Amino acid sequence: MLTDDHDPLKGKMLRVLDQDANVNEDLVPSIDDDTLKRAFYTMVLSRVADEKAVAMQRQGRLGAYPPNKGQEAASLGPAMAMDEGDWFVWSFRELAGLLWRGLPLDRYFLGWMGNEEGNRYDERLRITPPSIPVASQYAYAVGLAYASRYRGESAVTFAFTGDGGTSEGDFHESLNAAGVFRLPMVFIVQNNQWAISVPRSRQTASATLAQKAVAYGIRGIQVDGNDILAMYAASKEAAEVARSGGGPTLIEAYTYRLGDHTTSDDARRYRLEAEAKEWEARDPITRTMKYLYSRGLLDDDEASDLWDEAGKAVEDAVARAEAFPRPSLEDVFKYTYEDMPPCLEEQLDELRGTEGRP
Amino acid sequence: MMMNMVQAINSALAVEMEADGSVVVLGEDVGAVGGVFRATDGLMKRFGSERVIDTPLAESLIAGMATGMAMAGLRPVAEIQFMGFSYLALNMIISHTARMRNRSRGTYTVPMVMRMPYGAGVKALEHHSESTESMFVQIPGIKVVVPSTPREAKGLLISSIRDPDPVIFLEPTRSYRLFKEEVEEGAFTIPLGEARTVREGDDVTVVCWGAMMPLTMEAVDAAEGEGISCDVIDLRTLSPMDPDAVIRSVRRTGRVVIVQEAPMTCGLAAEIIARINKKAFLSLEAPPERVTAPDITVPLPQGENHYYISPDRIYHAIRRTASF
Ligand SMILES: Cc1ncc(C[n+]2csc(CCOP(=O)(O)OP(=O)(O)O)c2C)c(N)n1
Repeated sequence: MLTDDHDPLKGKMLRVLDQDANVNEDLVPSIDDDTLKRAFYTMVLSRVADEKAVAMQRQGRLGAYPPNKGQEAASLGPAMAMDEGDWFVWSFRELAGLLWRGLPLDRYFLGWMGNEEGNRYDERLRITPPSIPVASQYAYAVGLAYASRYRGESAVTFAFTGDGGTSEGDFHESLNAAGVFRLPMVFIVQNNQWAISVPRSRQTASATLAQKAVAYGIRGIQVDGNDILAMYAASKEAAEVARSGGGPTLIEAYTYRLGDHTTSDDARRYRLEAEAKEWEARDPITRTMKYLYSRGLLDDDEASDLWDEAGKAVEDAVARAEAFPRPSLEDVFKYTYEDMPPCLEEQLDELRGTEGRP
Repeated sequence: MMMNMVQAINSALAVEMEADGSVVVLGEDVGAVGGVFRATDGLMKRFGSERVIDTPLAESLIAGMATGMAMAGLRPVAEIQFMGFSYLALNMIISHTARMRNRSRGTYTVPMVMRMPYGAGVKALEHHSESTESMFVQIPGIKVVVPSTPREAKGLLISSIRDPDPVIFLEPTRSYRLFKEEVEEGAFTIPLGEARTVREGDDVTVVCWGAMMPLTMEAVDAAEGEGISCDVIDLRTLSPMDPDAVIRSVRRTGRVVIVQEAPMTCGLAAEIIARINKKAFLSLEAPPERVTAPDITVPLPQGENHYYISPDRIYHAIRRTASF
């Protein structure tokens, strides 16, 4: 078991693929070539979409936005380990994983452009809407997992938060309960070293975040979050354990937020640019690309085609999102309750009469 | 069958669990001991510990877990041991339970119930006498229901469990074992969103809910002894509020007293008066009166009598209004 061989209390982090694309052959998970290339493309698509979103925010076409740059592998690996019917409970920085899972990119843009329609996607995807109150999504993830098992499904619930999230009460309450109920869950903490301006060292005195699992009586493992093979391998093992009744696993994805916290933030105010530079050299996309090159699965021409393809897909998605109608007055009322109560009908009627000037 | 309110709630849970496998119960001590007030007594034995779930002691988790279960198609009934501890679950209720439908444009809905005992007048420890229903009424997307009698509790709870939206179900601790009444043994529903006329009368409209109902009836009996006839309305669904019954009554009587256990400022009584002013202004013969707690912390038992609304206070308010 990877979790046995990488005890966080002994400071052991799982890495399969290093920066120079050297591979630990003993640990390489079996992934077919097409899937690997698709994974690479998904990271590229995520990166292009992410940079587009930031640019659009600067142009006033999109609201405050939390960039994913540098963290693509950390959400993609778990997504690749998911089966149909599994729950994807995201926070707000999991774009690559969402794309792998089938989240329509136009909806993603639409959501950050400020339209709840962006969160309407096929319920069969089992992707919950984004959750902004940090770590709170862990609590409903526990309920989703409990319900899956109660109904005899074999679904696993994957739930994401950040390093800052591990300080929240909901993080503790949820891991604790998932341990008690031995729920089929995989908790992923994207430790990107910063919670806005607060460094990881200010969140906890624990040497790793993964070791928090020990106190909840569940498995925990620290993984190189920029290593797609390691993230996939750890997630796959955790999912198998969960599916076979072995209970939850906490995966700490050790990564880095290359961008600002959000488009409203300026990371230069609190961290050294040298640090970011160092992490740029560990970019998960470059690393995966080198690996594909070394395996003869990709060359310069094909790589550049993939970036072009991603660029087109993003432009298409943005065009669709921007063509989407704005919410009507009825729309903003309609989803409060299943049936609109008379007092809301009345408030709606009153507003109808006052929109616009005579 | 004659039941007190706790028995009626227990019966509602049992018949719904019997009829629908997606109904589950969760909370602190709901299993083996049957809840600290015994509202879930016997359910674990009957339906098993997978369906009657003793959770860890964590209110935010309970609210979140119920929310997730409901999103996945179950109909969870969560118990918060006392309203004073629901504050630990408020973020979950406000941020997710209440908003999931709107946030996901109806992809996910949260048909859950969160039951909790509320209210003072029971000589309890600090934090066990809260009546902060207005806080919940301020949250769009949830419903707030307060029963006043055993039969009402059963019918309203069954409706709440079957409702497609999240319901905060506030149970008046003081009325749990106050009296028994005839309650049907099987399932029956009382619609949410409709107030109930408890007694018809012509002179003064009196509005109340939950634990204030029996106290109000004492005051009304006294007033009627003096020839003041009261139209008594039990609001029972506090949100979304349907004030039509109150408006209709006030149009007829021109006088109204609202009895609210909670502190005065920004309480529900203020909201009801605002709606009366808008819709029955020209029918008013006297300024609308409210009988409320003062804006202070609920005193511990030795001082509670200064705080808790007495039938006398209600009686005087009715007389003042009638003779204005
Ligand atoms: C409960 C809560 N408190 C504060 C915030 C404001 N806030 C948004 S993101 C963030 C930092 C989150 O850090 P982390 O969990 O490490 O995730 P990251 O943003 O780095 O992905 C804060 C403080 C919030 N959204 N929710």
